[in-house]
Amino acid sequence: MRQALAALLLALAAAPAAAQVAPFVVTGDAVEAPLDGLAGDAGRGARIVRNRETANCLICHTIPDPRETFMGEVGPPLAGVALRLTPGQMRLRLIDPTRINGAAVMPAYHRTADLLRVDPRFEGRPVLTAQEIEDVVAYLATLKE
Amino acid sequence: MRRLVVLGLALAASAIPALAGEVRAPASLLSPDLRALQDDPSRHPGWLWVDGGEALWREAPRSGRPSCQSCHGPIDGMRGVAARYPAVASDGALLNLETRIERCRTDNQQAPAFGYESEALLSLTAAIALRSRGLPVAVETDGAAAPHVEAGRRFYETRQGQLNLSCGQCHDENVGRRLRGDVISSGVGTGYPAYRLEWNTLGSLHRRLRACSLGVRATQLPYGAYDYVALELYLAARARGLPVESPGIRR
Ligand code: HEC
Ligand code: HEC
Ligand code: HEC
Repeated sequence: MRQALAALLLALAAAPAAAQVAPFVVTGDAVEAPLDGLAGDAGRGARIVRNRETANCLICHTIPDPRETFMGEVGPPLAGVALRLTPGQMRLRLIDPTRINGAAVMPAYHRTADLLRVDPRFEGRPVLTAQEIEDVVAYLATLKE
Repeated sequence: MRRLVVLGLALAASAIPALAGEVRAPASLLSPDLRALQDDPSRHPGWLWVDGGEALWREAPRSGRPSCQSCHGPIDGMRGVAARYPAVASDGALLNLETRIERCRTDNQQAPAFGYESEALLSLTAAIALRSRGLPVAVETDGAAAPHVEAGRRFYETRQGQLNLSCGQCHDENVGRRLRGDVISSGVGTGYPAYRLEWNTLGSLHRRLRACSLGVRATQLPYGAYDYVALELYLAARARGLPVESPGIRR
């Protein structure tokens, strides 16, 4: 287990310097324009959300999928999230939820500035790239019930 | 053999929401199976280390200097000591139980340090901590300890790592909730050293702290680092009055 994790961390570190944070404009509580003008893919997004090593959304959230076990309950269930939030609102919550609530628990997935004591293996890179953010938004937009 | 029994246990825990601000004893959040195991020395794998530690306590080092027992008497005399650590030593250094033992090892026994996380140091720490089992945590927080408590509190409250979380965002705000398969506790060190099923061995509190640092993708500090010892003191200050549980059993 630990070896697998260590190997994964090394692989991440060895990956070519991931895209830095894409520029974005906040309007109200949303970022309306897709990051870097990219189109999201819901299938890829579904895999990213389930990935236990990178995005790790399910550590805190549940999704409506009976095959998933050991999901968390720190954040609200994501079932029906598309009825509550527009893609633009989802985008800002993924990029950096502290823009909406300074005390947010949910990590900022597309931010590198003003973070403290970041493990050098992750320094200077956001958790998710602009493309991955768009993929996750596309997936969340399918959660209509 | 004993370990197989342990691994066969059902791991489900019942989540009981905590009252805001209340620091809960970790045992109160364990699954019934793990809790029973923690309370049963005949099945608790941590007793392998306790037995080893009791033997080391009596053993004279090769340096020809006295054994722990020659200076301190029988190990039962260590009753209550672990409940008072971390503590400020006479020279002003902040020591936890591990670094206190290492100091006796190098200075009083003139023997090479055991090394943090070595089997020997874990064993002695577990054997000594056991003598405080059930006693309330009673660390000193005033006087010389005060600036260290403050340093620990600052570390605890600071958001850190790529995931930008402070300790309290999990261990104060989300106690009793599930984070993946774990039920989040109040994050106190009263059960350490603890036997963690995930480790399949006994480990120190600093090993657990390193896991939480990694969890938020923050720099993992070295074993025994000042910031972790100060943090350990702050955790103990939060836990004052809760019973010492070590050696604990954890998922
Ligand atoms: C460490 C816990 C944690 C992780 C990991 C996490 N979230 Fe969250 N999430 C929360 C919490 C808590 C909230 C509520 C707002 C807050 O306090 O941050 C939230 C809110 C949200 C919301 C807004 C929901 C609503 O109904 O308003 C969305 C959407 C969301 N998360 C999606 C995700 C996705 C997708 C991921 C992974 C890429 C993720 N979260 C990872 C804890 C987390
Ligand atoms: C030559 C004598 C001597 C030997 C050998 C010795 N110690 Fe000590 N130990 C001391 C003295 C003296 C103190 C008190 C130091 C002080 O208060 O500054 C002490 C303090 C301690 C304390 C803290 C007690 C408290 O109440 O705060 C622990 C725990 C301890 N020793 C464990 C050990 C262990 C374990 C060994 C063997 C590996 C050991 N000692 C070997 C002399 C010794
Ligand atoms: C993202 C959530 C999260 C953050 C942030 C976090 N932890 Fe933890 N911590 C956990 C989980 C989950 C566990 C395992 C379940 C438990 O015992 O709470 C744990 C366990 C612990 C334990 C062991 C408790 C026991 O009895 O076994 C301690 C002590 C602890 N954390 C302290 C800290 C400290 C100090 C920090 C900050 C440096 C921190 N944690 C940050 C989630 C977190």
